[in-house]
Amino acid sequence: MKVTLRIRRFNPETDQKPYWGDYTLDGVEPTNSVLELIHRVKWEQDGTLTLRRSCAHGVCGSDAMRVNGVNRLACKILMDGIGVKDGDTIQLEPILGLPVIKDLVVDFEPFFDHYRAVMPYFVPATPPPADGRERIQSQAEREVFDDTTKCILCACCTTSCPSFWASGKYVGPAAIVQAHRFIFDSRDGAAKERLNILAEPDGVWRCRTIFNCTPACPRDIEVTRAIGEVKLAIKRAE
Amino acid sequence: MAQVHQFDAIVVGAGGAGLMAALYASRGIKTAVISKLYPTRSHTGTAQGGIGAALGNLEPDSWEWHAFDTVKGSDYLGDQNAAKVLATEAIDAVIELELMGLPFDRTEEGRISQRRFGGHTNNETKQPVRRACHSADRTGHMILQTLYQNCIKENVTFFDEFHVVDLIMNGDRPAGVVAVEIDSGELHVFQAKAITFATGGWGRIWQTTSNAHTLTGDATAIWLRRGLPLEDLEFFQFHPTGLYPIGVLITEGVRGEGGVLINDRGERFMERYAPTIKDLASRDVVSRAIYLEIRDGRGIKGKDYVHLDVRPETVNRYLAEAGEERRLTAEDVINKLPDILDFTKTYAGVDPVKQPIPIQPTAHYAMGGIPTNLNAEVIRDGSETVIPGLYAAGEVACVSVHGANRLGTNSLTDLVVFGRRAGQQMLDYCKNADFVALPDNPTAEVEAELDRIRNASGSVRGIEIRKKMRKVMMDHVGVFRTEDGIQKALDTIRQLQDDFRNNLSIDDHGYRYNSDMLEAWELGALLDTAEATALAALERKESRGAHSREDFPKRDDENYLAHTMIYSEAGKLAVRFDRPVDLSLGYEPKERVY
Ligand SMILES: Cc1cc2nc3c(=O)[nH]c(=O)nc-3n(C[C@H](O)[C@H](O)[C@H](O)COP(=O)(O)OP(=O)(O)OC[C@H]3O[C@@H](n4cnc5c(N)ncnc54)[C@H](O)[C@@H]3O)c2cc1C
Ligand code: FES
Repeated sequence: MKVTLRIRRFNPETDQKPYWGDYTLDGVEPTNSVLELIHRVKWEQDGTLTLRRSCAHGVCGSDAMRVNGVNRLACKILMDGIGVKDGDTIQLEPILGLPVIKDLVVDFEPFFDHYRAVMPYFVPATPPPADGRERIQSQAEREVFDDTTKCILCACCTTSCPSFWASGKYVGPAAIVQAHRFIFDSRDGAAKERLNILAEPDGVWRCRTIFNCTPACPRDIEVTRAIGEVKLAIKRAE
Repeated sequence: MAQVHQFDAIVVGAGGAGLMAALYASRGIKTAVISKLYPTRSHTGTAQGGIGAALGNLEPDSWEWHAFDTVKGSDYLGDQNAAKVLATEAIDAVIELELMGLPFDRTEEGRISQRRFGGHTNNETKQPVRRACHSADRTGHMILQTLYQNCIKENVTFFDEFHVVDLIMNGDRPAGVVAVEIDSGELHVFQAKAITFATGGWGRIWQTTSNAHTLTGDATAIWLRRGLPLEDLEFFQFHPTGLYPIGVLITEGVRGEGGVLINDRGERFMERYAPTIKDLASRDVVSRAIYLEIRDGRGIKGKDYVHLDVRPETVNRYLAEAGEERRLTAEDVINKLPDILDFTKTYAGVDPVKQPIPIQPTAHYAMGGIPTNLNAEVIRDGSETVIPGLYAAGEVACVSVHGANRLGTNSLTDLVVFGRRAGQQMLDYCKNADFVALPDNPTAEVEAELDRIRNASGSVRGIEIRKKMRKVMMDHVGVFRTEDGIQKALDTIRQLQDDFRNNLSIDDHGYRYNSDMLEAWELGALLDTAEATALAALERKESRGAHSREDFPKRDDENYLAHTMIYSEAGKLAVRFDRPVDLSLGYEPKERVY
């Protein structure tokens, strides 16, 4: 089938402002991913088209973008998955709320700054076991934070959040998910510090439970629920 | 003029091996990690099934068994002293990861859970043993995240999205690296006393691959251009179970949980090829079996794939037949293999609980690479002459642990064990070492090449070259090989190198985030690595592990029980089998039966 990609273009070296570029492709298969189509444009028609990508199967988190207005990983969206028919147009834009560098590439530094701010690392509650072996954790304890260990830091959630669009100072859902992963780990001893950080004005309370983040997550993490659990933990600690 | 930075130690690459090296080195010396990707995008994050270590958490196991399985899996080309380091240090390394916070799945006693994987056995009963430590089917993701998190905790310095394009040598000593800052397009020089390369693999040489777009053999190409040797490149692993047709990996853990391979006649054909451990034989053995089934017309509907069946009713039927008590439920499949379900549903529209998964072998892992000794020090010849201050670890390195064929779960083990050793070595080395002076104008050569690419105005698009390379390598330097085929591949690659140098066309002539130019540079690296691979395959006239010559179907220990060293001499490649295999554990080469 024939499909047109309408892509938001911007080259800082040549363009004053962004514009839309239309690229039509023949012979598109229903099982093609959006990433494959973008590659065809880049490789066959216009090499200046710029994006990030690596794994091409939805686990490295490189290619978050707005596909027909919603945040998706381009490599994980197939034509038949979004009901694309012969003659259709797919609209592609960079994710919102982070500065655009070039075409679909945004500046991730503000995103990673928020991530780093929530102590996204293990702080052991106890010294290592004297027998030189692993710490013991029950299957049930492990299960509590399983969902949030899946995060790949693609920014689909954070950049779908109206609160983040309104203020880039908000730590955003991804950082909260990352904090959740440690706050609820039975082996970790720094829950209090993280909850204090997230209780700040730019922390969890900026979340207005708009729920954009949960459907945006390509890893099916229940983001809003994780945020809710962190809010509850802060309330309990007060 | 390029910006110049100075660090005691530089690590190129931020996958499992690079981050481990950086964590160790940064404890005592000024260290920086340079990576063309944000660290969490590295391909280590895609590893699924597990990391091998003889913890014995669920049944008896020992490092000796792990070492022996590794050597046998390597078709006796793996160095036995390296297998010993891997198997002994694996135990402590996995514990270290857990202590760093890695959320492994747990046993009922709350210990690290383990599962079966191909080629890992109880050496007494010869039956599969549970040695693969796992975190669902995203073990690599958890390793990458945990190591990166610890780097943040320890304030390790990162240069993210800096693409290394050259190694600066002053005479025969390494002085630093040159990198393109991707955002600005500017060149930076990083001068360092010690440098570790941990840049991963190059599966993008082949048409069907489990490897990321960014795994392009940058370091191996730089090595050849700098006149440094590579080792054992002809041994590239084709993983038996890539999702048909795109090649995304379906972990061996699926077979570890009981999944079986089925041909068009409904036969569990591995019973014929590996009567004892069947579907859990080594990868080279299983990939060849699948090819033979397909070649004999027993692919599903006569096509180029077979089925991987993990439906509980199928698995339980075979478990009952084997007299095993264990049973698999739909819930087990859902809980233990969540990502696999996601991949097969997304990319093939298949629900593994209800349907068999279509699979075909996929280019997966480089056993060969930059030759090092047990301390991750890079060597310059078969007699192991060390290049002081230069290290390599992870998939890009060839210690050699994996020999002619790697066992599943042994790469993640390799990353942490030898990544750690590289970091520790840099730490020790830098205490007494000085900087090597930078030569005059250290960026001149690579700058000229990048400018040539940026302004290339020929008539051949990179994609045309890439497609031809990937096809010819798949057809002739894949699972089965012959002299004629390999020669054809070599001729084609050389023709493509010529096109690349003289007739390339590029659209993006700018500096900022010029991925058109950098992708083309990567294509050049792939071509050079492919050429060396094909040449090594041509010269090794025997069949061993992943290198299967139809014109020389037998292993030939008399002539080829040695590593392949590929030397780059005055711009020409030369192959010599002059690095002997270490046999110090006393495992005599035997015929491999599974
Ligand atoms: C789908 C899949 C599943 C796997 N599953 C398993 C498993 O279950 N168990 C197992 O043991 N092994 C598994 N493997 C193999 C294993 O994951 C890899 O071999 C291993 O992760 C490689 O790690 P690495 O640190 O060497 O390199 P990578 O993780 O590939 O990292 C390479 C790094 O180098 C950087 N880099 C590359 N070139 C440059 C350059 N020119 N300049 C700057 N930076 C550069 C990249 O940015 C990246 O940070 C799997 C592999 C795949 C593909
Ligand atoms: S390219 Fe890795 S998530 Fe899409």
